[in-house]
Amino acid sequence: MNPASPAAVVMGCSAGGLAALRVVLGGLQAQLPAAVVVVCHTGSEDIDTLVGLLARYCALPVEEAGERRRLVGGTVHVAPSGYHLYVEQDRRFSLSVDPKVCFVRPSIDVLFESAAQVFESNLAAVVMTGANDDGALGLRAVRAHGGLAIVQDPAEAMAAVMPATALRVAGADHVCSLAGIAPLINQWCA
Amino acid sequence: MSRPEPDDVELELFIRALQLRHGYDFSQYTRASFKRRVQSFVTAHGFATIGDLTTRVLRDDAFLAPLVAGLSVPVSEMFRNPIVFKALRDEVFPLLASYPHLNIWQAGCAFGEEVYSLAILLQEAGLYERTQIYATDFNDVALARAQEGIFPSRDARAYSENYVAAGGAGSLSDYYHARYEHIKLDERLKRNITFANHNLVADGVFCEPHLILCRNVLIYFTDTLQNHVLGLFRDSLCRGGFLCLGNKETLDFAPAGKDFVAINLRARIFRLAARAG
Repeated sequence: MNPASPAAVVMGCSAGGLAALRVVLGGLQAQLPAAVVVVCHTGSEDIDTLVGLLARYCALPVEEAGERRRLVGGTVHVAPSGYHLYVEQDRRFSLSVDPKVCFVRPSIDVLFESAAQVFESNLAAVVMTGANDDGALGLRAVRAHGGLAIVQDPAEAMAAVMPATALRVAGADHVCSLAGIAPLINQWCA
Repeated sequence: MSRPEPDDVELELFIRALQLRHGYDFSQYTRASFKRRVQSFVTAHGFATIGDLTTRVLRDDAFLAPLVAGLSVPVSEMFRNPIVFKALRDEVFPLLASYPHLNIWQAGCAFGEEVYSLAILLQEAGLYERTQIYATDFNDVALARAQEGIFPSRDARAYSENYVAAGGAGSLSDYYHARYEHIKLDERLKRNITFANHNLVADGVFCEPHLILCRNVLIYFTDTLQNHVLGLFRDSLCRGGFLCLGNKETLDFAPAGKDFVAINLRARIFRLAARAG
């Protein structure tokens, strides 16, 4: 991987997402070179609690994705609730309060589509458990830009709609169990 | 770096066309969210490409107002983030109370939800009679809606809860009439509100306010435009005036941000530093 253009991993989940993130973030290696960006619909405005929870299970630093902050390799950035989260061409975050997409804000589609245009083939995207369609169009954009698509096996997902829709709309390079996702990412970054 | 995508080229040309033909400059809007908004507008109005939209707006002046309205997409609610309104009431209003006359500028007023929220709090604090509120936006369609003060009644419950959380002294229903699935805010709340078109990108200093509310507007602007607008706020504000931004907004990436000091960072309330006043 070209060190001048660091990679990113974007993840989206909804219902059942917290438990899924424990497994996946918990399996990421401490020396991960890529920046990780997570959208998890929780319905809560309390981002600090979510960040604190995830940090307990993850060897990497976990923090809120701050307005205009840079994506940092080896850091997990969590989307604040109530805002859409975008990656800009200068590899910094921006936020908006534009209308909800797929009835949610932040929307996984919004993050994935903007990240795909910036990172192109240096992007891996993960769609996990969730009870709505968000993430499917985003994953399609990731693949169209040459990025890697990983989808949790709908058969084992707590809520199958999100991964099943993503598979139908976008397809995937890997369909695997939760336990298999982190090793794939670690290997992709190597 | 691969060559630019057709959509990105078309977006550049669209921005340039709006600027040359109509004087609206969107070049300093954060690109990812602006692009998504333009693409949504293209889809919603049945255009095939951004290029087709550009052709239409170049030739059809009547199409400009709905386009500008579609590109500004105002989203707000009454007493949005109640802790902010509570902080204004508890920490800022007592300091404003010493002035015989107050100007307040809400820059980017959307449909007016926060303007009416402010008027209610000022009334309850006994400050409204000496206050003039200027509510501005560059979107005339939104301004007209704001002036009506009519909101869907399905939102009334959330607004009432926000009002209570903001430290409201009574019941929000004291301030509106419900009819036809809408709530209409008391006409009397408008007595000291002036609605006006002001474009933060192009227009100059404004109204010598003691307090500026500009929430969730700067997030749409690049660092350069943020700096320009913060400079505009600095040069407009009275000595020691207050600035209230959106909950995730930051002054960290604009040199003009150094002219403000935080008095309640969580509520994003800042004050003009003494040397800058």
